[in-house]
Amino acid sequence: MNKDGLISFLLKAYLLVLFLFVFTPIIASVIFSFNSDRFPTIPLGSFSLEWYQLIINDPDIAEAAVTSIIVAICTSILATFIGFCTAYSDYRYDFKFKGPYLALALLPPTIPLIIMALAMLAWLSKFGLSGSKLSIVLAHTVLCTPFAMAIIRLRLNQMDESLEAAAWNLGASEWSAMREIVVPFTMPAIVSSLCLTAAVSFDEFAVAWFVSGLNKTIPVVILEIVQGNIDPRVNAIGTFVFITSMTLVVIAQIIFMRNQKKGVQSV
Amino acid sequence: MSQANRKSRVDLYALVWRLPIILWQMLFFIGPLLFLIAMSFFLVKNYRMIETFDMANWNRILSKDYFWSSYWYTLGMASLATVLATVLAFPASYALAFKVSANTRRWAMFFLIVPFFTSYLVRTFSWYVILAKTGVVNALLAYIGLGPYTMLNTPIGTMVGFLTLVLPLLVLLQTLSLSQIDKNLIEAAHNLGSGRVRTIFNVIVPMAKVGLVVGALFCFILSFGDFVSPYYLGGSTPQTLSILIIDTSKAGQQWPRAAVVAICMMTTLFVIAFAAIAYAYRKPKS
Repeated sequence: MNKDGLISFLLKAYLLVLFLFVFTPIIASVIFSFNSDRFPTIPLGSFSLEWYQLIINDPDIAEAAVTSIIVAICTSILATFIGFCTAYSDYRYDFKFKGPYLALALLPPTIPLIIMALAMLAWLSKFGLSGSKLSIVLAHTVLCTPFAMAIIRLRLNQMDESLEAAAWNLGASEWSAMREIVVPFTMPAIVSSLCLTAAVSFDEFAVAWFVSGLNKTIPVVILEIVQGNIDPRVNAIGTFVFITSMTLVVIAQIIFMRNQKKGVQSV
Repeated sequence: MSQANRKSRVDLYALVWRLPIILWQMLFFIGPLLFLIAMSFFLVKNYRMIETFDMANWNRILSKDYFWSSYWYTLGMASLATVLATVLAFPASYALAFKVSANTRRWAMFFLIVPFFTSYLVRTFSWYVILAKTGVVNALLAYIGLGPYTMLNTPIGTMVGFLTLVLPLLVLLQTLSLSQIDKNLIEAAHNLGSGRVRTIFNVIVPMAKVGLVVGALFCFILSFGDFVSPYYLGGSTPQTLSILIIDTSKAGQQWPRAAVVAICMMTTLFVIAFAAIAYAYRKPKS
């Protein structure tokens, strides 16, 4: 093997090691969830569905799952709507203070969650809103909107500006052009955004932990179980959450990719 | 209707799309953050918050040794995580950008997104079990006659957690910025006799600088604010600022004092973010 080939080989091997490191905890938690030992190590114990049975029969976890799903659905609709409005404003208009406007829209992911959590808790408590499902939705919408906006903005990039103008020239009002042209064109991104923001909300624990009060979501339940002691139920819940989130992400990805191609062809 | 006219006009239609984010962020983003600042001057008496203007919380927190020791510890750990992650991610991103096929790169990118949608809590718990005294790592080491080593409740545990959190995002950002580089320029550097290492540091790194710095900045923000790894893998000794916020607000019910800690964190982050971005966009000396 020559020198170039050797370096290339070593780099690829290193890449594999890095991926292994990133995926070790994910794969391990799935394996541990089917393992009978309370404290899994090598060699592994026997195959067992004990932890799944425990979580299925736990009313607290069922209640948390319902809360999580309601919150994720409400959040995804609100965040996608606000994200759409912002993406469209950015796409179509130039206006004064557009820089600060976009900064305001995109800033939330740069604030540490623990600080958002404390600020949200204090602010919502001031208005008597903390400790409800609504409070989690309000907070999660702030965290999810930037992602929704980014996805929809990418799709709008592919829309020919003259499409809307053509509709106006043919006598359509701005509102009907929006309904007949812009919304159908961005629909794949809207669906992707609904899925992705739901997945983000479904996974978020810091802010939810602070503002949820007694309306715990699934990640908050995980947090509380982990605080107690070693409890392999966490792996079972984690695997369940992982499958839910990944389903949403894969759906979003497939829809987005399929229409990405279509968009390019139609232009 | 002319293009310019259409773009600058403000009417009902334009406002309907423009206003939602402004209203929402004012109510639920800027509002809470401003209130956090105001709250740092409030007092707590008999478990009730009294809205006043008092420097007591600031004086108290800033004069405590435990605050400053966790401040420097958090800053040090986040900086170390940023440097380590950047150095560890770069060869992988380099391989992804230049050494693999486009198809492999696409798949790798997809797999790098997957961790974002697995619970960070569950991943941390998984490391907790793997790194324990009797866990998988020590069991493997025992086969070759080493260990057992204590990794949990040490800064090593915290660092493993931080790297798990930031590496996928960092490799993603680095790969994106590296693959934008014009391959012809690298070729040209080689043809002009520049060695491999020299090409990396004189051609590739300067051209991908913005992406590399933004990636590092996100690493810093994420590890500076994270409480899960330092708590569960680091055993919360020494305390980080995020754990201090949780202890002060949740257990102590002292929201105003927690607000002081939060504002110190935000200020530090802003200073570092501005410095990093100014550095990233600075014109190279030549």
